[in-house]
Formats: sequence, structure tokens, C-alpha cells
Amino acid sequence: MKIASRKRHALVLFLIFLHGVVIAGGFVAPYDPIQQEREKPYAPPTAIHFFDAQGRFHLRPFVFSQRVKEGSFDQYEDDTAVRVPVKFFVSGAPYRLFGFLPARLHLFGAKEGTIHLLGTDGYGRDLFSRILYGGQISLLAGLLAASVSLLIGTIVGGAAGYWGGWTDSIAMRAAELCLALPWLYLLFGVRAFLPLLVSPVKAFLIVVIAIGALGWARPARLVRGVALSAKERDFVRVARGFGASNAYILRRHIFPQTKSVVLTQAAILVPQFILAEVTLSFLGLGIPEPAPSWGNLLSSLQQYSVLSSYWWMYLPAAAMVPFFLGYLALASALQEGSRAAKIDL
Amino acid sequence: MTAKYAHAIRRAAWLGLALLLGQSPCPAAATPQTQPATKTEFLVLQDPVGKRGGRIVLSLRAEPKTLNPMIAADAPSREVIGAMQADLIHINRSTQLTEPALAKSCKISKDGLEYAVELRRGVQFSDGHAMDADDVLFTFRVYLDESIHAPQRDLLIVDGKPIEARKVDAYHLVFRVAKPYGAGDRLFDGLAILPRHKLEKTYAEGKLAQSGALSVSPAEWAGLGPFRLKEYVAGQRIVLERNPFYWKTDSKGTRLPYLDEIVFLFVPSADAQVLRFESGETDIVTRLGAENFSVLSRQAHGFTMTDAGAGLEYNFLFFNLNEPSAKSSAESLRRQAWFREVKFRQAISAAVDRAAIVRLVYQGKGAALWGPVTPGNKRWANTEIKHPARSLERARELLREAGFTWKGDAGGEQILVDPHANPVEFSILTSASNADRTKMATLIADDLKQLGIRAQVVPLEFRSLLDRVNQTKEYDACVLGLASFDADPNSDINVWISSGGSHFWNPSEAHPATAWEAEIDKLMEQQLVAKSFAERKKSYDRVQQILDENQPFIFLATPDILVGAKDNIGNFQPTVLEPYALWNVETLFLRNAAESGGK
Repeated sequence: MKIASRKRHALVLFLIFLHGVVIAGGFVAPYDPIQQEREKPYAPPTAIHFFDAQGRFHLRPFVFSQRVKEGSFDQYEDDTAVRVPVKFFVSGAPYRLFGFLPARLHLFGAKEGTIHLLGTDGYGRDLFSRILYGGQISLLAGLLAASVSLLIGTIVGGAAGYWGGWTDSIAMRAAELCLALPWLYLLFGVRAFLPLLVSPVKAFLIVVIAIGALGWARPARLVRGVALSAKERDFVRVARGFGASNAYILRRHIFPQTKSVVLTQAAILVPQFILAEVTLSFLGLGIPEPAPSWGNLLSSLQQYSVLSSYWWMYLPAAAMVPFFLGYLALASALQEGSRAAKIDL
Repeated sequence: MTAKYAHAIRRAAWLGLALLLGQSPCPAAATPQTQPATKTEFLVLQDPVGKRGGRIVLSLRAEPKTLNPMIAADAPSREVIGAMQADLIHINRSTQLTEPALAKSCKISKDGLEYAVELRRGVQFSDGHAMDADDVLFTFRVYLDESIHAPQRDLLIVDGKPIEARKVDAYHLVFRVAKPYGAGDRLFDGLAILPRHKLEKTYAEGKLAQSGALSVSPAEWAGLGPFRLKEYVAGQRIVLERNPFYWKTDSKGTRLPYLDEIVFLFVPSADAQVLRFESGETDIVTRLGAENFSVLSRQAHGFTMTDAGAGLEYNFLFFNLNEPSAKSSAESLRRQAWFREVKFRQAISAAVDRAAIVRLVYQGKGAALWGPVTPGNKRWANTEIKHPARSLERARELLREAGFTWKGDAGGEQILVDPHANPVEFSILTSASNADRTKMATLIADDLKQLGIRAQVVPLEFRSLLDRVNQTKEYDACVLGLASFDADPNSDINVWISSGGSHFWNPSEAHPATAWEAEIDKLMEQQLVAKSFAERKKSYDRVQQILDENQPFIFLATPDILVGAKDNIGNFQPTVLEPYALWNVETLFLRNAAESGGK
């Protein structure tokens, strides 16, 4: 019991740390994610050095300036004559911390050259910065969509389970319909009807609403099950006997019973919906270029040449892994916890 | 435009392959060498001598729709048919000059109205049946039959009247046109001579337009090309075998083609084509993108990658210049008002970084463009057209002159606003399946951001893109590309004249919408019937100048023609004209014919 809760706390802290890095992405990332450095397409990750070409040690880490090999497009070589020291807390491209505080301070950077920790993409944009900014969009999309679908799912599922009868039938048939829809094709169809000029914010909201509105079915079915059993419990019957209104019973007795189911669902749905955003953007239905998201960062991997030549273009996928592991481990920890709680009862 | 020219223009528009030489004289009868030893008057090629035997394997990105040369319009069909059929006079894709083919000679009368054609004697179809003037007559009758809907039909209508074919004897024919036509004997290129003995009955039954499906048994068709159909497996491949009756030999007297078989595999995407080539499954790969080209170049072993130089494809950005309809929203009306402002278009052109497009999209294997004539086409370029480097200052100046101003937005960035203080923003359509053009549009959007313009790239499925451009006309701007079939201006006439269907910025106008479009119409007509190359060039130079001044298309860049072939393929000489690698398929050979060939 104690171990489980400690594990939960550790996982929550781990997730908070990961999200913190992404939320403070503007500060952690050295560059503007959409700024193109057109002389440096597909530059590989810059190596951080402590020893220079003569083998001398330098306390301050540095990078060598990269240049394109003669007559080549994407082959780079280090100019070992030019040492570019890595500076911390440097002033650079303007950004908005947490989305509103204007700032210019970056965790690290280089004055005389550029550091591309994870390389650049085909337009010479810094991949490390794009992964961080893309994470902001993808995570926010996942979290918002999960909230939307949990809200709909809880209300619909709770109502269906509590009232039963035709309310239940309609709600559950609707849920099944949602589960059975080939939603990817549906979204392709929807995109064709939208106006061409969609602002990035609107596109983002469309993605969130689309994922959230189609994803409520599973939580609704689970919540319905809990509500169905909860309404037969003694304390609910007693409350009804005392003349409590339906709204009161739902609010005070039924919904609190669904808490552990909803939390577990949340921990499962967030990564699932992040993945949904990734899928949509990968297929060009999600967040439009040049704004980064994990999905559209990966979409260049659809090209064989990118797939086979530039290994660092896979890194956005690697960036997702700790988030997904964190969420899914949290989901199972929550499930364990709720099972343990039930046994305690 | 007068109706008088309509036919001529349509016909020239169809003929991507119209004249390159203006007034080219008919190829002299001296070039072909006949072999008196046999009855057949062989055409003797002077290419390096190769070895007989073997097969090569290629991939096509889609299944050919038909093997019927009268109705084929798609690239895969044309590529396969090209190896199976032959014409009277052929344009050599390498020299870009006409050469005698099935016609031993072709003499144009002094008034330019009559073409006297003498056929090669003893030529046989791929089933062994002899070819003579009756087959040629039948061919022209079929092509001119309106119920067949042959796309080449328009080619054969000069000044509203169909070309008249008259048989003199079994090997001599006279063709008569109603008006002298500059294209001259180039007119015959691409008109496959049909086997009358096979098709006459089908034609009489009115079923010819439907025949030629891939599933027909090889015995039902016959051609005069180097190869004939052997096998077709739906969804997988089409196999052609050597035509034993082919009418060309090499300089040592070996009957061509050298190869026993060509196999075309149907492969769904460009990447899949590359993978097949890389694994050695196919021997030749064409239509490569620069990125895949460099992937293959890096690991080249056993094959050679060739950059054949700038092709004839030009990519361009254009704005919606259609007449606003009653249905247009206020917003799109406002946007179209900007687009119609010529200084706005000039400013966009000045702001586009073409060098970056060539470098980032084509990895340097291409050329920046300021007009429709690519560096691959040396005869027709107007050298007066300036090639200004990118200049944001110039762009800002032009925008200011057109009444645009800048103001700071909430984020402290300068955004461009029109005279009514509306922020300038629009969408740019691209084809989702074309990574190159999507990349171009993304670069342009970033270029324009520096002017304070918000341009949003919208990749759409190609058919819905064309639907928006040509039908609904609901779009702002679009990046497209066109590949001319030939270096002649006639191949693009449909793009430049205002009534043309590919006049993308305002397609199929009833009347020219602007004075400059009217002038282009007139100039294109003039060059069509002009008698000398200098005259035609003068007209087309002026067209290029008008395009440059008005920027209906903002020309971006042209890619090089990139191909790869296994080292053991001899006589492999890719050209910048279609079909890039197979134009000399009859002389391709395998150096180690015994053990090689795709598996």
C-alpha cells in the first residue's frame, strides 16, 4: 500500500519534471523553432567537446563550428580551428515563457556560432528547439483532448448508468457508434470541408475537439458500469429515501465513486491522445507547418531519403517515450491503488 | 482569338513535340542507309555496337491504363507504348532534331502544303505482316475519326481542315495540309502506325477506342516498335519481348533490339522505386528526386547515377486572378484585389529566395527560374530577361508603391496591411503527394513572413487541388509545376493563351481579361504560323517579357533530370526529354548479357 503510493508520487514527480522542461521550452531551447538557417540543412547533432584539436582540456565545454563539405549538400565537417565556447544563460531569440512572459534568456547558447544539440531538419531549423516547442503543442493537445473526452464520458456514462432505460440505450449505442467509426477517414473528410486558411490556433482547437469528441466512448462505458453498481448501493438508496434529488445523488454519491476509474482513464487517455495528435499531424491533418508538433516533426520520415540518411530525425519519437512510459506506469499504479483501496473496504 | 486559329492552336497545344527548329528541312534521304542484301530497307544506327540477349527490369509508378496508342494519355502508358510502336518521322530525343523512321524520306513542297513521304520497304509488324501505305492511310483515318477521341487528332487539323492523306503507290504517300505549318514534319512524331490487318474489323465494329486494354492477348495487337507484348499480370508487371521483325540494325548489321525482354514492374511510390533499384531488382530508375538521387549516389556500387542536366519542368507560384464570382466572400474578394495588383505580385517575386529553393529542395541539382524557358532549352530563352537576386528592400518598395503599409501587431512583429488596414494573409495550395513542392511553398511562406505576410501552406490531395484551381476557383495561391514535352513554345501554348485550359491563373477565359493577356494571345498566334525561327523567336521573346512584367506565374526553379542505371547497361544515354531513359531502348544492351538482368 505504502510502496504503491510512494511509487505513484515518484511517477507524478517524474511527469511534473518532464512537463516542466517542456513548458519552460522557450528557456531550455536555444533557438526559435521556426527560424530557418538555410545554409545548414540536415546538419547532424553538434558534438560537445572538452578537449581541443591539440588535446588540451578546457573547463568550459565548446563546439567546433560546422561547415558544409565542398560540393556537398548535407555532408558537414568540423572546423577544428574555430572553437565556439558553450555559454549558459545567454540572451537570444525572443520568446514567451509559459506562453505569456516575454523573455530573451536561454539556458545555453553560443555567441559566435550555433549549437544544434539534436541536429537540424531540412530547412536548417534546430531540432532540439522544435522538439521542445512541439512538445508544448502535442502535450497540451493530449491533455485538453483527454479533459474534453473525460468530461463528456463522465457525464454521459454517469447519466446512462444512473437513469438506465432508454437514456442508457441511446447513450451506449452512440458510444458504440463512436467506437466503430473509421475516424481517420472521417477526419480526412472533415478537413476537405474546412476553409483553406486556418490559423494555427484554430487548427489546434479543431484537432483537440476532433480527438476529444471521438474519444469519449470508452470512459463513458466504464463510468456507466461504476454508476450502474453504485446506484444500487445502500447509501444511495438511503439518500434517495431521504428525498435527495437526482442531481444531489449524482454529485455527492455517484461521481465520487467513479474517481479512480476516471483518474486511471486520464492516465491512459493522455498518451493515447498525444499519439492521436501525432498520427493526425503525421498525415498532414493536424498542426500545420511551420509550427512544430511531435507529429509533424515525424512526418518528414515518410520520405525514404530522410529515413535512411538522417538518424537524428527519429529523435522526436524518442522524446515521446519517457512521457508515455510515465503516464502508462502511473495508470497501472493508480489501478493497483484503487484495487488495494477496494480490498481495504 | 479568331476561330481560324483555334484548331491550329489546340493541335499545337497537344503536340508537346512540335518544332524545335522552326523551319526545319525534312531530313534528307541520305541519312538512312539501306541494306541491299535483304529486301527490308533497314535503318542502320551508328551507336556503339552491343551484344544480343538479356532483359532489363524497370519500375513504373502506376499501371499503364492502356496499350492503345490512340487513347493513351498517362505517363506509364506512354512509356510502355513508346517501346512498342513506331512513327513515320521521329524526333531524336538526344539531338532534338527529326530523323526518318518508318518514312525513308519526307519532302515538303515549295508552297509548304504537301508532304511527299516515301516508306521504307519490307517493314513488317511484330506479327510478321508487311506494312505498306494502306496501313498509313488506315492510321490517319482512325486518328482523324472523331468517335475515337484520339488526343493526337487536334494535331492533324490545320486551319480547321484535317490533313489529307493520299496513296500514290504501296510505298509513296502525299499528305496535304490546308495552310503551311511551321512544325513541318515534326507533326508525324508520336503517331504510331497501326496494323490495319488486325484492327480494321474492330474499327468497322466501332470498338477500336475501347480496345487495347492491357488484358488483351498478345496476338490481338501488333506494332512496329522494337518490342511487343508478351505478358501482363494485373497489379504486378508487364513484360515485353523482342520484336524479331524490327526494322533497325546496328552498324555491323545485327538486327535490333539487343535485349530479349523488358519488364515493367508496377511500384506504388517513388520511394518504393528507389528501394527496388537499390536492392538490384530493377536495372534503371528514372524521375528521381534529388534526395533519393543523393541517397543512391552515396551507396552506388554496381550502378551509376546520372545527372542529365536541367529538364524542361518549371515550377511556379501563382495567385487566383479569376473574375470574382457572386458567391465569393468579402474576405476572398479583398484578397483577390491584392493579387490583381501587379506590384503585389512583383513584390512577392522579389521576396522569393530562389537560390534557397534550388539548394534545399533540389540539393543544388536544379536551376532557379525567372521565366518558363529552362536552361535545358537553349534556343528559346529570352536573354534580355533579368535574373534579379532576392531583395526584400525591392519587395518593400513595390508594396509601398501599391499602397501597402506595415504596423506592429500585439507580439511586436511588423505585419503588412493593405490600404484598408487589413492584414495580408493567404493560403498556398500544394499537392500533398509532392514533397518537393510542399517544401517550396514552406520556404516561400518563410520568405514572405519577413515581409510581414502570413502565408499558410495547405497540402491537398492533387485531384482536389486541381478541382479548386480549375473548377470551384476557391483558393488564394498555389504552387504547381509543368513539364513540357518538347522545348518548343507550342508545347505550352495551352498555358499561355487566355482560352487555354492550363492557363491556371484564370483558366478558359471567354475573352482575354487583361490587355497583356490579349497581347500574349496575339503573339502566340503569330509564332504559330510564322515562317522563320527568328520571327517565332521574336514573338516568343515578347511573350516571356510580358510574363516577366506581369508575373501571372512567379517562376521558381527547375529540377535536373536524375536517373540511375546499372553499370552493365550499354548505350545508356538519358535525355532531358521524355522518355528520359528509354528513348533509345532498341540500342540498350547488357555488357555481360549471359548472366545478368534483373531477377
